[in-house]
Amino acid sequence: MTDTPTHAPQSTDAQPGPIARFIRDTELDTRMLGMVGALLMIWCVFHFYPIIANLLSGNGLNFGLGLFITPRNLWNLSVQTSMTGIMATGMVLVIITRNIDLSVGAIVGVTGMAMGIMQVNVLPPILGLGNPMIWIVSVLVGLILGALIGAFHGWLIAYRGIPSFIVTLGGMLVWRGFAFLSADGKTIAPMDTTFALLGGGPTGSVGAVGSWIVGALGCIAVLWILSAGRKSRRKHGFPLRPNWAETVLALLGCGAVIGSVLVVNAYTWPKGIVDAYVKANPDVVVPEGGLEISTGFAIPVLILIVVGILMTILMTRTRFGRYVFAIGGNPEAAALAGINTKWMTLKIFALMGMLAGLAAVISAARLNAATNALGTLDELYVIASAVVGGTSLAGGVGTIYGAIIGALVMQSLQTGMVLIGYGDGSYRMIAVGVALVLAVYLDNLYRQKTK
Amino acid sequence: MANTGTPLVEMRDISIAFGGIKAVDHVTIDLHPGEVVGLLGHNGAGKSTLIKCLSGAYKADAGEIYINGSRAEINNPRDARNYNIETIYQTLALADNLNAASNLFLGREIVGAGGTLDDSAMEAETRKIMARLNPNFRKFNVPVSALSGGQRQSVAIARAVYFNAKILIMDEPTAALGPQETQMVAELIQELKKQGLGIFLIEHDIHAVMDLCDRAVVMKNGQRVGTVNVNEVTDEDILGMIIMGKKPAQAV
Repeated sequence: MTDTPTHAPQSTDAQPGPIARFIRDTELDTRMLGMVGALLMIWCVFHFYPIIANLLSGNGLNFGLGLFITPRNLWNLSVQTSMTGIMATGMVLVIITRNIDLSVGAIVGVTGMAMGIMQVNVLPPILGLGNPMIWIVSVLVGLILGALIGAFHGWLIAYRGIPSFIVTLGGMLVWRGFAFLSADGKTIAPMDTTFALLGGGPTGSVGAVGSWIVGALGCIAVLWILSAGRKSRRKHGFPLRPNWAETVLALLGCGAVIGSVLVVNAYTWPKGIVDAYVKANPDVVVPEGGLEISTGFAIPVLILIVVGILMTILMTRTRFGRYVFAIGGNPEAAALAGINTKWMTLKIFALMGMLAGLAAVISAARLNAATNALGTLDELYVIASAVVGGTSLAGGVGTIYGAIIGALVMQSLQTGMVLIGYGDGSYRMIAVGVALVLAVYLDNLYRQKTK
Repeated sequence: MANTGTPLVEMRDISIAFGGIKAVDHVTIDLHPGEVVGLLGHNGAGKSTLIKCLSGAYKADAGEIYINGSRAEINNPRDARNYNIETIYQTLALADNLNAASNLFLGREIVGAGGTLDDSAMEAETRKIMARLNPNFRKFNVPVSALSGGQRQSVAIARAVYFNAKILIMDEPTAALGPQETQMVAELIQELKKQGLGIFLIEHDIHAVMDLCDRAVVMKNGQRVGTVNVNEVTDEDILGMIIMGKKPAQAV
């Protein structure tokens, strides 16, 4: 290579650039930064595409055409992401331990039907229509049924040695069949009114004050995590982050929390629902220019947040999570270390099944009906979310937050295609399929480079 | 040798077969405190299989294990650990995606309030033991897949030593090591021996066996050829046992 111009030796190793130094000192995960960056880029493309298209066709600049980065769309996006996101957090565990679960969509279908039948046909005659126990019992039935189905799959995989791909492929067909048979293919509706709130919608949201409370708790959590981490490092004499880096992290964390509160509160109830609300509550004073009611965080989004936090704690702070990673890294070593890998596999699939049951709660509540088609193809979006979020199909690697961001990316692509006028299913499928393959390819490049 | 007291470990008449092949065929061995017993033989002679019955990785088809004279039931690795039996496997048995501390404490994590993992405490303990075993070890916060063969080996050794083992099984502990690290392992074995541990050492290198072991057990085709006191025999005697299955006069 004699024709390459010779450069002066670069001193990047000794003196890292400002960005490298920033990342080193804040200890932020570069992979996560990349994913968040990609997400924001996708949002911008979908937002500005109609604006630019309009400009190019000679109709002038009109920023009002951008529909993606609006409170309304972002709020919808959050609700649509919650179902896939909840299941993706469980799929991370399944994939880390070198398994796969193709049956989650079918489990959503069969548990959704079970909950529908419980609250429409079984419980009201026993408890009386509108009894508050109805939704609680129904949800429990869904969660327990999902966990039992998952445990059964896990038992076949761990104790009977059938590959997870086969067990859950069979399960996908079997449970979808049961979902149809459970009510001879009929749709069960409407759901219990309290149950329906779990699906979100303007009434199934916590409003402005509730959202600010959630936001305040979030900020307290961010600050607590940072200070607890610092205390623990000091106790064991490990190097601390510089003060400025801690401050930046605190500002970023709290900023993201407060920003999301502002967004969901900026989305106000649609006019029709406000009118119905005013009609139902005649003593409400309607100010001039109409009543504006902030929607706030939707309940399914809060469920996703809680699930995400609990699953993150499970994976990073408990023995169970440590064993999940160990089994994924080296199953034989995990067994030799005294870990009961079969029992772990059973529990992981049971957890996955329960999360599918939880997703079914939201799915059925959002639709205000239980149908046997509930959750169709969800398994593919869930697996795609986990993989786009950095879970390695080779096992041993994956994060909960990654899977949730992955779910957000996948949902953004779907929603975005609709908003820019390619809502036709075929274009959407092409976009999602291409994004999945591209994401995994980029991730491979990233991993090779950081190795 | 003055091995007259109760043996630390006695494996009596152990047999195990895989699909009709007798991997271990009625083998009896014992080990006393402060003693290093070498296990020798060709690849496939049954050394590792025999020793895995003691570490809980396999369950013997027949035979009994006695620890300090009383019958021991070892059905899985956890049982073995409860008898203070620690094993350094030939494959090292490390989870490549976890860091040194997580591997060291795998299955025996330090937990804090509410049963949550205390990673800082585990890292601090790992730093302490590594400072003793391998002072050059610095890579505490990376997965062990990023470590060199010698560094990985020292993690596996640290895991076996940290938990106050009384019985240590080392399956070719120096196979992946350079000369300097091999010397460190030899010194460690001498030190542990002085502390009164009993050590089973599976080793191919005759010279290492002659240097480190008190007795040597030679196996061939799943059977025990004989047991010798190392200081009573020559290299050639042991080689003859390994290759020809020829039992010298001194052997029992």
